[in-house]
Amino acid sequence: MSAEAYRDSPKRLEDPELLRGRGRFIDDITLPGMLEAAFVRSPHAHAAVSGIDAEAARALPGVRAVLTRDDILPYLKSEFLVVGLPSGAYKQQRDRPALAGEEVVYVGEPVAVVIAEDRYIAEDAAQLVMVDYDILPAVADCRAALEDGAPPVHRDGADNLLAELDVGYGDVDAAFANAAHVFGDHIHMHRGGSHSIECRGAVASYDAAGDLMTLWVSSQMPHSTLRVLVDMLGRDENQMRVVTPDIGGGFGPKLVVYAEDVVLSVAAIKLGCAVKWIEDRREHFIATTQERDQYWDVEVAVDGDGRMLGIRGALVHEHGAYTARGINLPQNSAESLPGTYVLPNYRMNVKLALTNKVPVTPVRGAGHPQATFVIERLMDRIARELGLDRAEVRRRNQVPADAMPYERPLKTRGGLPVVLDSGDYGACQETVLERAGWADFPARQEAARKDGRYIGIGLANFMKGTGRGPFEAVTVRIGTSGRIHVYTGATSIGQGTKTMLAQIVAAELGGDLANVTVTTGDTAATALGIGTSNSRNAVTAGTSAHVAAGKVRDKALAIAASILDKPVEELEIVGAEVHAKDEPGRIANIKVTLAEIAHAVSGTPGYSLPGGIGAGLEATEHVILDSPTYANGAVVAEVEVDIETGGVAILNYVLAFDSGRVINAMTAAGQALGGTAHGIGNALFELMAYDENAQPLTTNLADYLLISAPEMPRVDVSFRESPTPLNPLGVKGVGENGVVPAPAAVISAIEDALSPFGLRLSKAPMSPPEILALIEAARAGS
Amino acid sequence: MAETRTVKLTVNGTPQEQEVEVRLTLADFLRHGLGLTGTHIGCEHGVCGACTVLVDGRSMRSCLMLAVQAEGSDITTVEGLAPSEGELHPLQEAFRDNHGLQCGYCTPGMLTTLTELLAENPDPSEDEVRAAISGNLCRCTGYQGIVDAALDAARRMREGTS
Amino acid sequence: MKPPPFSYHAPATVAETVDMLAGLENAKILAGGQSLMPMLNMRYAQPDHVIDLNGVADLAYVNADDGEIEIGAMTRQREVEFSGDIARLCPLLAEALPHIGHRQTRNRGTVGGSLAHFDAAAEIPTVAAAQDAVLGVVGPKGEREISFADFSVGYLMTALDLDELLVSVRLPVWGAGHGSAFEEFARRHGDFAIVSAACLLEADDAGRIARAALALGGMGAAPVRADAAEAALRGESGGADIFREAAEHCRALEAHDDIHAPAAYRQHLATVLARRALERAWARATAKEGA
Repeated sequence: MSAEAYRDSPKRLEDPELLRGRGRFIDDITLPGMLEAAFVRSPHAHAAVSGIDAEAARALPGVRAVLTRDDILPYLKSEFLVVGLPSGAYKQQRDRPALAGEEVVYVGEPVAVVIAEDRYIAEDAAQLVMVDYDILPAVADCRAALEDGAPPVHRDGADNLLAELDVGYGDVDAAFANAAHVFGDHIHMHRGGSHSIECRGAVASYDAAGDLMTLWVSSQMPHSTLRVLVDMLGRDENQMRVVTPDIGGGFGPKLVVYAEDVVLSVAAIKLGCAVKWIEDRREHFIATTQERDQYWDVEVAVDGDGRMLGIRGALVHEHGAYTARGINLPQNSAESLPGTYVLPNYRMNVKLALTNKVPVTPVRGAGHPQATFVIERLMDRIARELGLDRAEVRRRNQVPADAMPYERPLKTRGGLPVVLDSGDYGACQETVLERAGWADFPARQEAARKDGRYIGIGLANFMKGTGRGPFEAVTVRIGTSGRIHVYTGATSIGQGTKTMLAQIVAAELGGDLANVTVTTGDTAATALGIGTSNSRNAVTAGTSAHVAAGKVRDKALAIAASILDKPVEELEIVGAEVHAKDEPGRIANIKVTLAEIAHAVSGTPGYSLPGGIGAGLEATEHVILDSPTYANGAVVAEVEVDIETGGVAILNYVLAFDSGRVINAMTAAGQALGGTAHGIGNALFELMAYDENAQPLTTNLADYLLISAPEMPRVDVSFRESPTPLNPLGVKGVGENGVVPAPAAVISAIEDALSPFGLRLSKAPMSPPEILALIEAARAGS
Repeated sequence: MAETRTVKLTVNGTPQEQEVEVRLTLADFLRHGLGLTGTHIGCEHGVCGACTVLVDGRSMRSCLMLAVQAEGSDITTVEGLAPSEGELHPLQEAFRDNHGLQCGYCTPGMLTTLTELLAENPDPSEDEVRAAISGNLCRCTGYQGIVDAALDAARRMREGTS
Repeated sequence: MKPPPFSYHAPATVAETVDMLAGLENAKILAGGQSLMPMLNMRYAQPDHVIDLNGVADLAYVNADDGEIEIGAMTRQREVEFSGDIARLCPLLAEALPHIGHRQTRNRGTVGGSLAHFDAAAEIPTVAAAQDAVLGVVGPKGEREISFADFSVGYLMTALDLDELLVSVRLPVWGAGHGSAFEEFARRHGDFAIVSAACLLEADDAGRIARAALALGGMGAAPVRADAAEAALRGESGGADIFREAAEHCRALEAHDDIHAPAAYRQHLATVLARRALERAWARATAKEGA
């Protein structure tokens, strides 16, 4: 897609300032007298802390304070960040302390903070803080963590099982007993980071005169941050405000409330001034949450035609050292494993293992890339074992369009039934097959092999629950300036949320995007908000915006009717004015501006309001949307493998997705493209390596590889629009569509390219040395 | 006491003179010394490219230069690209039209790098554009909108339209 | 990630620089800064003194004459990339240059900086190994030359004394009929090579290999010449079999393990890249002869 294809998409409101370098990101905020912080972090994955000597650091000129746990405790009602999503499956409660006390459990865990006149001095002093560590055994691998006799991740832990749950339905064992074929595999997907190009950061400012603490933070969920601060600092909401500035990418980990946010707030209150902390990239590697390590041991039972009868198995999910979000990731994975397919019987045992690594929380895709990888690997396996075309096996198993809405006997984490609400899964698959030339690929492959080139093609379908409820808050207000202001708890992290909401609101209120301003993620502007995650903004905030704008429209028209003495039916909003509708051959030329209407209902002492429907021109909505709406799509990837080096090049990549009604084709496609790049990275490049002592080995961007422009193929993106019946706009989420199917499609394509060697690939990412080793092993064995 | 020096240079056409600590990076000087916060810091080890600025017309990592090393040089940051308050540079316009940015954090480095490319090669191929921005990481766009924007901007600049 | 405190020195001449090197304890030379600055920012390097070469006169040049090319230590990599003399006389270096980092790092990074930092996977040292480069050095006792074969003394360590400054590199020019090729395998465009191969071949009138140089980068502590491969090539008629056979000698070269690749993979890549480089270099050597 290009500028031409986007001609009907409004240009983004966000862009002009960002293009001029006038965005306001967290590190762009500078306050008078502001100090800067640097954290002292554990260099060990597991150690007892026997003492901290900060004297030399405190003595360094320019240092204002060095705070350890003992220094911040007097300011805390609770020293733990209690954030775990509710579940009955927990076996252990493992909440993060604001600063480590007598034990550190991962490399990067904050132990102390230095506050100095600038970051340079703060880092000088951080080097001088002497912490006495007694090293304890560390657990690096989540499978080893669950073995008998594994050292405990926390000294006081009896074992490392954080939670366990069983997911499934039907008579699985009977299905397996009666199956024509059973195929099993061990499948691994590896952890990686989000690596927004902007790292995290926060500025805490304390105004003693007003007893107000303001925290600007690069968070996807400022309202969560506020709630945690209320709990931990024992202050009430009126004494605190959390604000998100422009955010340089989120991708999941910025939805988490972090210890640094709390420590910085305490430092600002204790020192009575503003304090800034900007995470550097090395900290981002060791202190920002990551995701994806999962080991699946699965079997699939099929009939003679390749139709699935059942899946059973066990999933071990790596949780990291603490609960920084919940057990939602493997829940997502287990719940979404059936993907776009009919699965009559299903049983999955899920174990969450503690390890001495930075906590695991959602990274774009949130458990779905792994589940999609597993089910799509199984689809390829069935095709291969039965000698069927991979697309045909999928067709035979696909949930048919006429079965929608399609309920699975599964529950979401909130206990709601899983209902695939709408969509034509087969149609998306046929779209990508056609656009990628699936049918003639075998001939191309054969021709290439004659030239000594190994090309392959892979296919993956996916579905993703999006728009997780229960609501998002939106206020639409027309001020006496006549401008339309929108306030929401949703945050803008690059997806174009402001433009999207402005489009929805403008559609009800005069159609002029330029007359709309959107304020996101400010707890002072929006009392009750949730924030950005799970591809939810268009669904939840979009719906509330649509309903609120409709109410403001009705109110504006009713007041205008009163002012103009015209029936409401004869009025319409055009731009910033309410007009009497033109009649054939006659231009009404009767109008009142939105500014005048807002003035009229802003209240004048002693005078009654026109229209008789109350004060002000505004509405606040928290439209309740409990059930997620399921987006879906399909991908075909074509690759070439250099069998001498193991190198993989992506030759073609075709994505079709269905996110219901598309509000802005440009930004929808853009998000899918970005997710695709992330997913290709998960297939080929991104490896967060740790040694056996859980020491991270890839802590810079030269060792941890983010895909760059030359490796990225041009992606053919298209979409179908199957509006969901679950919200009035018919929209489903978009943000994670690209990432979810990418590893499955790319690994499938590599396996296909290497089919002459008879290889089976069961993990992602695959590196060139690993691919070459498999080729050589296959050659040696043949 | 920290060692300082006076640095004199031109930034976006404006002469500047400041006493700076010798260890201050050029990126921090531009951002915090001069308040030009459009230049972003993403890695501080020369990989991500977000801090790219033009030093005497050449694209460079401002996190890998000391402010004192910019003595006498002529620096262009993202703030210096647009010709006026009311007008964007054709490259900036093309970024907006082709969805070459999402969160906007890598954007200043992309723009400065591509400014150099288009100055030396007014008609680059797609592969040349991709190679030119190989040292600028983006996590939002999958690069496609950026590449399209660069090619579109090149065309506009060749044709003298924007 | 901010640099630690240090004293900054900006000498104007080589002599002044050498005096500083002799007089200052724990000093680091700052050339293009594309390796040293990240190390400062990460505080892997914590020098007391930084001596900035960017103001030193007369260290940035490309001179071509008398059968060799001399490049000043402070010549930016992008200058070399676009140098007509380099393209004409030392196409191997011209071919290798675009593989170095990215345009932003080549605009600032220098030829001398790459050689003095001496990353085993870096392109310029690998080309220097193949070209039998001679390094010009100035120290308190005056000037001296170090042949590339004597330059490496360990991982990221060179034969430069602490008080010596690398000022130039001389590359002997091969005959007009020679062919060269540079091959590298990196995970991404601009990454350090996992392995690279730099090759020069010259054919005699009978179509035999009169002269061969083959260097591998990224294998061990420093770029190495594949002596056994070169010996196997000399005097032979060029062709797929001999190139494959010669390249196979590279499997015996020492290699290291790291997070990107195990040693055995590097040794395997060495055989593949060496063969590809030999084939391409030979095609160029023989094509030129016929032209």
